[in-house]
Amino acid sequence: MKAVITVVGKDVVGIIAAVSNELVKYNVNIVDISQSVFDDIFAMVMMVDISGCTIPFTSFVDELNSLGESRGLKIHTMHEDIFNSMHKI
Amino acid sequence: MINTKDILETIKMIEEEHLDIRTITMGISLTDCAADSIDMLCTRVYDKITRMAERLVRVGEDIEHEYGIPIINKRISVTPISIIASSCRALDFSPIAKAMDRAAEVVGVNFIGGYSALVHKGYTNADRNLIESIPEALSATGRVCSSVNVATTKAGINMDAVAQMGRIIKTCAYLTKDNSSIACAKLVVFANVPEDNPFMAGAFHGVGEPECVINVGVSGPGVVRSAIERAGECDMSALAETIKKTAFKITRMGQLVAGEASRRLGVPFGIVDLSLAPTPAIGDSVAHILEAMGLECTGGHGTTAALAMLNDAVKKGGVMASSHVGGLSGAFIPVSEDAGMISAVEKGVLRLDKLEAMTAVCSVGLDMIAIPGSTTAEVISAIIADEISIGVVNNKTTACRLIPAYGCEAGDRVEFGGLLGTAPVMKIEQSSPEIFINRGGRIPAPIQSLRN
Repeated sequence: MKAVITVVGKDVVGIIAAVSNELVKYNVNIVDISQSVFDDIFAMVMMVDISGCTIPFTSFVDELNSLGESRGLKIHTMHEDIFNSMHKI
Repeated sequence: MINTKDILETIKMIEEEHLDIRTITMGISLTDCAADSIDMLCTRVYDKITRMAERLVRVGEDIEHEYGIPIINKRISVTPISIIASSCRALDFSPIAKAMDRAAEVVGVNFIGGYSALVHKGYTNADRNLIESIPEALSATGRVCSSVNVATTKAGINMDAVAQMGRIIKTCAYLTKDNSSIACAKLVVFANVPEDNPFMAGAFHGVGEPECVINVGVSGPGVVRSAIERAGECDMSALAETIKKTAFKITRMGQLVAGEASRRLGVPFGIVDLSLAPTPAIGDSVAHILEAMGLECTGGHGTTAALAMLNDAVKKGGVMASSHVGGLSGAFIPVSEDAGMISAVEKGVLRLDKLEAMTAVCSVGLDMIAIPGSTTAEVISAIIADEISIGVVNNKTTACRLIPAYGCEAGDRVEFGGLLGTAPVMKIEQSSPEIFINRGGRIPAPIQSLRN
């Protein structure tokens, strides 16, 4: 089972490290990453494998949300099915 | 791999354009709750609703959380109460509404629909008792919604019921006069009512439906408007294509959520209702879509054509995205729930006559329209009769949800709060249709050929 994590916010040192640390903590594997910075705005889209996640997915979403809030970032964590169903026939 | 552009598009739709699942509605059959005594019947109704819908809200919230899609309402529809209450000796059915209200409160849903009667061809004794009890039922409860089907294309129009509903609506307005006549906002008069509609206030669980079912209503006026704005200068064919593609994406999301809710609750999936349902929030308006299509103000000439195209394109895009489509499926034009409609009425551009014309090409009818409190029951019945005729002749659903706001005059504003919004009181023609309405009887079913 996969999920998509998007992170948007002002670019500072250590965003990828902070997010990846959180993933390691819950045994979530990164499958793909795309990242760029436009005019100081950091934007990252990650595809992660959540089949080995050690906590329920909804709690994992909450954890990432609070990480985002504590660092002034907007983090969305959504099940991949939503994108598959909306953008693929 | 899903591409980044698609991911960001979805997130933008949710974050900025108010894309959401408007409602997950669980339909529950109450036919096995019939009993001689009303107390027993109420107990059975309460027990069955609380048992079947126990996990509805929690499952809805879990899906919302995991998929990151707001699911605004979780609701329940039940078998029309006049059918199950026909076994019972009591004359006043309002205790059943109170039992439904308590059950809705316990399971955590904000509305429960089905305090309804189907009288398009005539009344049973239970239909008569139920309709008489609607004002008491709606003023004594907060969550119960009621609907009465007074006509179908095959049966014609029951004008006795049309006349009676004018009086019932007046009584509802009076009994809740201290609260913006809000009981009227929970009462819909229908023609050709669908049996699987998930949207309130007109939802009920039809007799052809299974024991329990999950129906989902999607929304997304803001997404459609943004897509039209992005399309920029293009002709109508290109615009229709843009709307279709957007409706497809919105509906796919509805289908996903419906399938997931059905699986987790162990209840069959019924339908996805492809509707553009506005809310009072800025950016979530159907009127603003019409304006993005190029009208200066909704209600001006051209509005009916724009709405007809929009409604058709939404259906065409949505049909392929869902395995089963049903309910009302179309663009809703509730005045009080749509910021663009409210402003068009206040500018004096959008009037009742134009709204009536618009209902001929979209779902669902004269919806959430406040009229002066002094309007007579006969005039209300006549507005209903006009609207219902459009549905009957054109073989479509139409409905009326009118609020004769007690003590208010044309130009005043009535606040309902929440999703029900704010309604400007509209000026209407007050000349008397009394003799016409009091004739009663039935308007015969219209001919289905020689269509001109």
